[in-house]
Amino acid sequence: MRVSLFITCYNDTLFPQTGRAVVRLLERLGVDIEFHPAQTCCGQMHANTGFRGEAYSQAKRFVQLYRDTECIVIPSSSCVAMIRDQYPGLFDELGNEELRRHLADLLPRVFELSEFLTDKVGVDDVGAHFPHRVTYHASCHGLRGLHLGDRPFRLLGKVRGLKLIPIENLDRCCGFGGTFSVKNAEVSTAMLDAKLTDLLATEAEYCTALDNSCLMHVGGALHRRNLQMKPIHMAEILASTEAVDPESVL
Amino acid sequence: MSGPVMDPRIAPPFPEAALPILQNTQLRKNVAHATDVIQAKRNRLVAEKQDWQQLRSSASAIRAHVLANLTTYLEQFETKCTAAGGVVHWAKDAAEARSIILDILREENATEVIKIKTMTSAEIQLNPALEAAGIAAIETDLAELILQLGDDEPSHIVVPALHVNRRQVREIFARRMGLPELPDDPEALTAAARTYLRKKFLSVPTAISGANFLIAETGSVAIVESEGNGRMCLTLPRTLITLAGIEKVLPRFSDLEVLLQVLARSATGERLNPYNSLWSGVVPGDGPERFHVVLLDNGRSEILSRKVERQTLKCIRCAACLNTCPVYRQTGGHAYGSPYAGPIGAILTPQLEHMQHGQSLPYASSLCGACYEVCPVKINIPEVLIDLRARVVDQERAQPRRWTDPMYMGMKVANLAFASASRFRLAQAMGRLGLRLFTDKDGWIRKLPNLGARWTLSRDLPGLPNQTFRQWWTEREAGSIGERLRGKEAPR
Repeated sequence: MRVSLFITCYNDTLFPQTGRAVVRLLERLGVDIEFHPAQTCCGQMHANTGFRGEAYSQAKRFVQLYRDTECIVIPSSSCVAMIRDQYPGLFDELGNEELRRHLADLLPRVFELSEFLTDKVGVDDVGAHFPHRVTYHASCHGLRGLHLGDRPFRLLGKVRGLKLIPIENLDRCCGFGGTFSVKNAEVSTAMLDAKLTDLLATEAEYCTALDNSCLMHVGGALHRRNLQMKPIHMAEILASTEAVDPESVL
Repeated sequence: MSGPVMDPRIAPPFPEAALPILQNTQLRKNVAHATDVIQAKRNRLVAEKQDWQQLRSSASAIRAHVLANLTTYLEQFETKCTAAGGVVHWAKDAAEARSIILDILREENATEVIKIKTMTSAEIQLNPALEAAGIAAIETDLAELILQLGDDEPSHIVVPALHVNRRQVREIFARRMGLPELPDDPEALTAAARTYLRKKFLSVPTAISGANFLIAETGSVAIVESEGNGRMCLTLPRTLITLAGIEKVLPRFSDLEVLLQVLARSATGERLNPYNSLWSGVVPGDGPERFHVVLLDNGRSEILSRKVERQTLKCIRCAACLNTCPVYRQTGGHAYGSPYAGPIGAILTPQLEHMQHGQSLPYASSLCGACYEVCPVKINIPEVLIDLRARVVDQERAQPRRWTDPMYMGMKVANLAFASASRFRLAQAMGRLGLRLFTDKDGWIRKLPNLGARWTLSRDLPGLPNQTFRQWWTEREAGSIGERLRGKEAPR
């Protein structure tokens, strides 16, 4: 199987270790990966802040870039939600018939990482080893946008040595919300405080998620407070084996 | 009035209005506790309903059908209500609605009027207008009474005094009712309110209500409540005035079967509201002799004309979106500066103000989608929020002062960078250099200037790594081609 990796703009820039983990994980599972060097951003930041024209031009660019691709894997649920939930409306308003057709063809081939693993490859056990206490943070876009359901839990459940510790108020937002975190910084911080209380109660070593955006938010506060818990994208856990620890390689 | 500003035309923007509330630990505790309790009840009662999703779909379909045929149903309501002895008035905006109501009250020589909880009357700022005309408005809903006596404002659509706890209620009642010995148990507090209100019910001959639903088929009005105080207002006075937004109409009497079920479960976590009042016009010898309905547009027709925003008007004011909202949970209702708080307020208020006020409200959300998930009529609130944000940006980007606004400049630069991979690589390189100035030795950024300071208010930021993913990939590909040329397996 050949997949094209859409790494997303902020993973590319801020969290390259997540991208490297996705590559290592998928290649271990026998997936052939390509990376389109022309890729940039899905348009989510502009769309969610109200810059519709800009979001549309990025959305158009994405569809034109990937329209002939067999399968696209994206290690970010919010970017997948952007493509699935917002592109159709943007194209209805600003696009043309041809673009709408390309989009409709493309959408069934766009996968968030955990969807790709469990639905397309059809594995829960990816052969990972991660002997740590971990709690899973459900990003809002993964939970309510993509309806990921039990997929992340199935994947984590098969990781050798991993002790999964459930968190209270799993469905409650961490307060990131893209530009919300700066436009409403104080309210965002209050939401983050509430999330940290729930996170710390788990006494986990790692907080994992399928979105580095939430993890950047939560991780930034953990670091500010000199707390030991570390944020880690789930791809990095799933890429870890007994031979390869994320700490040493990534 | 010393309470918070609840008029979107003069209220401060949401982020600013939220600041003092975030400092008010007691209020935030009250809000978190109350929303937890209501949500738990709601979740339990929704879970026991096997066909909840079908009910939701039906409720949504009924409301969408009404909006698609609003004129028909409103005219039918007018005909039926008039035939039953009611008088129907049409008000295009808040000022017209106020003047219609004041005219009726003057004709009645009213000096006092009793009121059932009505958000719509707050929307049209009715109480200040009554006061200016020398008419005392007496709120009879227990929560509204607490707020009126405490010089406070509603902070929730269904539970307006949700931010007040019972010790605070006791203090207000003791002071305003002259009961220094009043204990703070719920029985004593409600008994005090009952004694206070009974006198009003028995002496004031004019009442104002809102409406939960108007029934086109029969010309009836429906009101649900928990206390029976509303029932008093609907039955005892000589004259009753009902103020209702034009979107409140339902086609058939039988539609109540669906809507009363989803409303009670979503709003208060009950199978059915304790008091369901339904009446049609006037009946000699039973209830009010004169009955007026004021149908209020006030921006609703404009909302109706917009494809995405139209769904805002499906709302049945259950407030489930407030109870589940993580933003509302932190700020309560007052930060929204409008009678309509929470996610639904964030989309309704600026639209009722023709996008001239309340423009900060569509941004008062992290777009987490919890509101959409619980909405019993399936209003896709995040979708509407994003649409309204686009309208705000379209308004603002024309203003010269936005050309130097860091947010607008940042968005412009980012858009240029995202338009081509070479520009994006350049932006990454420049960003890394620029941020290096702010990156500490351990690789973390703790303090940023300008907009960035809003982030570093409470969060550190990892400094940009030396190698982007695409650089790594390019190197690897080059390496693997070299390996292949030398006849070796590519390194994994």
